Amino acid sequence: MSAVVWGLLAVPAAGGAVLTGAGLRSARTGSERATAADRLAPVLAVVVAGVTLALAVLAAVRRSSATAPLLAGIPAEFTVDGLGAAMVVMVAAITLAVLLFAGHEFEPRQPRARFCGFILIFATAMLVTVTASNLAVLLMGWEVMGAMSYALIAFHWRGSETVPAAGTAFLTTRAADLGLYLAAGAALAGTGGLGFAALPGAGQPWLALATAGVIAAAVGKSAQFPLSFWLSAAMRGPSGVSALLHSATMVAAGGYLLLRLQPVLVASGFGAPLVAWLGVGTAVLLGAVAVVQPDLKQLLAASTSAQIGFVVLAAGVAAVVGGAAQLVVHAAVKSLLFLAAGAWLVALGTKQLPELHGVARRHPVVGVSFTIGALTLAGAPPLALWATKDLVLAGAKHEAMALYLAGLVAAALSALYAGRALALVWLPAGMRGGEPGRRPAGPAARLPLVLLAAVSLGLAPLALPQAQRLLGAHPEPTPAELAASAGLGLATLAVAWWWAATRPVPAPRSLLHWLYLAAGARLLVVRPGMAVAEGLARFDDRMLSRAVDGAAVGVLALAGQVRDRAETGVDGAVAGVVAAARVLGRLARRPQTGQLHTYYAQTVVALLGVAVTFVLVLLWTR
Amino acid sequence: MLSVVVFLPVAVAAVLVAVPRIGDRHARWLWVATAAVDAALVLWLWVDFDPGPAGFDHQTQLGWIPSVSASYHVGVDGVSLPLLALTVVLFLACAVFQLSSTDRPRTQAALFLFLQTTCLGLFASLDLILFFVFFDLSIVGMYFVIAGWGHGERFRSALMFFLYTFLGSLALLLGFIGLYLAADPHTFDMVELTAQPAGGTIGALALLAVGVGLAVKTPTVPVHTWLPPAHTDAPAAGSAILAGILLKMGTYGFVRIAMPMLPQEWRRYALVVVVVGVVSALYGALVALAQKDFKRMVAYTSVNHMGYVILAVGAAGLGTAGDAAARELAISGAVTQMVSHGLITGSLFLLSGVMYARVGHYRMAEYGGVAGQAPRFSALLAVAAFASLGLPGLAGFIAEFQIFTGSIGTVPVGAAAALPGILITAALFLRALHRVLLGDPHHPDTSFADLRPAETLAVAPLLAATVVIGIAPRFLLEVIEPAARTVVDLVAR
Repeated sequence: MSAVVWGLLAVPAAGGAVLTGAGLRSARTGSERATAADRLAPVLAVVVAGVTLALAVLAAVRRSSATAPLLAGIPAEFTVDGLGAAMVVMVAAITLAVLLFAGHEFEPRQPRARFCGFILIFATAMLVTVTASNLAVLLMGWEVMGAMSYALIAFHWRGSETVPAAGTAFLTTRAADLGLYLAAGAALAGTGGLGFAALPGAGQPWLALATAGVIAAAVGKSAQFPLSFWLSAAMRGPSGVSALLHSATMVAAGGYLLLRLQPVLVASGFGAPLVAWLGVGTAVLLGAVAVVQPDLKQLLAASTSAQIGFVVLAAGVAAVVGGAAQLVVHAAVKSLLFLAAGAWLVALGTKQLPELHGVARRHPVVGVSFTIGALTLAGAPPLALWATKDLVLAGAKHEAMALYLAGLVAAALSALYAGRALALVWLPAGMRGGEPGRRPAGPAARLPLVLLAAVSLGLAPLALPQAQRLLGAHPEPTPAELAASAGLGLATLAVAWWWAATRPVPAPRSLLHWLYLAAGARLLVVRPGMAVAEGLARFDDRMLSRAVDGAAVGVLALAGQVRDRAETGVDGAVAGVVAAARVLGRLARRPQTGQLHTYYAQTVVALLGVAVTFVLVLLWTR
Repeated sequence: MLSVVVFLPVAVAAVLVAVPRIGDRHARWLWVATAAVDAALVLWLWVDFDPGPAGFDHQTQLGWIPSVSASYHVGVDGVSLPLLALTVVLFLACAVFQLSSTDRPRTQAALFLFLQTTCLGLFASLDLILFFVFFDLSIVGMYFVIAGWGHGERFRSALMFFLYTFLGSLALLLGFIGLYLAADPHTFDMVELTAQPAGGTIGALALLAVGVGLAVKTPTVPVHTWLPPAHTDAPAAGSAILAGILLKMGTYGFVRIAMPMLPQEWRRYALVVVVVGVVSALYGALVALAQKDFKRMVAYTSVNHMGYVILAVGAAGLGTAGDAAARELAISGAVTQMVSHGLITGSLFLLSGVMYARVGHYRMAEYGGVAGQAPRFSALLAVAAFASLGLPGLAGFIAEFQIFTGSIGTVPVGAAAALPGILITAALFLRALHRVLLGDPHHPDTSFADLRPAETLAVAPLLAATVVIGIAPRFLLEVIEPAARTVVDLVAR
């Protein structure tokens, strides 16, 4: 049933295009009145997103697919299979939540039409990515998503902060995307097509090249170590909502790709262990970064990298079901947390944790929702992430004990940062800073929060062995493992609470600054790149074009030389001929005296000459 | 019919020159009307396009210079038809863009119409002498456009452009004579020359001469230095035509002349072509990244984009019989890139003309915050920039994805080396958008009036076309792909 898939992609795309176009008018400065487009945009967008969600559910139930010709031998193929079904519903649902909240976050005078349009195009791109069944279509969705993320981070484009942050995000992910171009070329060379299904069968070296490319792209998109820094920059985007979009959905794309291409990772030999260690490494390192962040959005962003690290780990240890479950649950939970942070940002004008002390007490609905999210994130039983993480860890233990232990450390770190955030918003310490009561979250803003909290709670049955068996998870965690991780999570939560209550967190600078990853990229890539560019530009101006100018000057000089030397030479020769002719003429005139005796004398001389010549010739010929 | 398409513009140009009583207003509209009629005729050619087994349609052959077997031979195939369409579309856009121009509109219209005939004639030519005549006449026409309507050091730039590309055309002529001499019986007819490819020393020399001539026109590193000054000082419409159409004459020549007529030599020296392509792509992108002048920057990105085309045509000369599909993809990408670059860079240059008209310079650092004053301009510039950096959903991606995917299999190292070009292009366009459109204005009190209707009407359709090609490219690829297959077969002989 291809109409469902086409509808699923066309509805948000058309809605996004219309709203973005309509939003152009309000960009002009000084327009005080809200345009009709900006007033109506949130409502229209919510309707579009609602229809999209319905179509997504339909496509998920029916397992639809669609195909259309695109390039020679490379069709545009879309499939909604098991993994895809979970993803399309998740993406559509989160888009709806974002748009519901957007009406609260933006005032009617702000360019809401443009914002809603961007979100819908973003959602389209994400839907293309998760339904694509070959690399060409995947890359199309993948990169449009990146461009829309640029547009959303730089949404408030005045001033000097957001636009460079958006550029960092786009360029970092695009640098990684080059891997997908490589992978596409390798897939064509190795399998004669770009389809996912045939890719594990590619011969070497194409399989290795494709695997490396896919891993690079996924690491970039999912903000895994060492490319995590763009997510930190993306948080500078002023809107809590757009931050959510990055953390809950865009970052999920990399993890999704690795889960989707897990057979390729296995077939390549090196891919699976590499990915497993990258994932667990990110989970530990970025988990540590999250623990010390003083800014709630930065904390949530670092935790996003860390949590997606578990998904990446899952792809490396063949725990695909666990990874997919982790991806979906994390998306719901992280949206919830970001919406709560956004609600406080709108209400208090701050996202600094020290200034958010006790905020949950004064906004209980937001506070309770936030608590449900944070407890889930901490891996507290019986909430859903506890179970999904254990599914992943069971796979890791099956592969290598070291992976499992590192995974446990990462799990403890998530409990630590979640517990710390939780303690700070609940502990009754005095409020510092902020502007209390600016714009408390109204019912429209609370609705998505409560819904997402309900979803987070509702996913808890994933912990039941029956549910896991139904999804086909393998291997299942043993009861001892479940108990161990539950105990670890609860104990760490308690430590975090006690710690936050008694003393400030010691914060190593390297962790505060996200391990100096951004500075490293600047030092190792950006600066040398710019230096080379400047150098080549100078070479182009001073050497290459000079050489051409020089050639022109040389030709002119040569022309001068020709004029001065050769021309005067030829000229002189001609003049010489003339002079000689004149001399000869004068000489020829001399015998013509007009006197007969001289003529006779001349005749005699001439005859004598002839006679002598005649005799000589006769002698010669004889 | 094809001849009508080719010569209609120059006929109207003759009328414009011959009847000075035509007022400025009427001259402008006559130009637009002629360009529109010509575009409609090409649309008809497209609909009616039905290449036979030889691959050509709408052929006409008349005797011209029988002593050297040169004839008036024109026709279209799947490579030239998209370029003819691009030509009429871009010239129509320029005609509309110039509706508000006040600087000698009658002469300008006549000159552009003349230029249009030379461009159309070149892409329709199936005879080397005819090709050469149109090639040189286009240089003459562009010289007068730059010298007559340019700004800055326009005379110097125009002269540089003329002499440099004219020198290139002389090399080209030398190569053509080589091809003529290598053929038995001697002929300049492209179809006959393709049927009996030349080889040996004379073939290698002919390839060298033709290659150098086309490389200057394309342009590739290191013979690109005429391009930045020509673009910087040319008027907006002139730049759009120069980058959009005239550069394609070089790349088109590779696909139409060098590859099918010298297949053995092409395969032997394809690696050189690949290296030139990779170097051009990277060098062009890096030098563009360091530019401070918007128009110069766009000019260098042309070197980068044409580098991809050169990479693709080089890659198509390498590889084994087994990967014909990949090489077809590369050629198809190269032709798509010619069309897409024409549309995108044409838009970028027209928009840079708007910048010059409003503020009087191209120095990016002195703009800023234009998005607040000119949302239509900013939206179009942003779309054009993202199209140029190869964002999916826009034409540039369809072209570059085909080029890279088709080339990686045959020249993995070369293609991988050129890949960072798309990252650098992204970086430079984001920087440009940041400096020109976003952030705070450099001069808070300068005003930047938004696009006038004629300007919008000129640029928006070009970008709409890139969106259509980016999302639903079949209508274009169905024309290009069979021709790409033919080219690959011809090179593999």
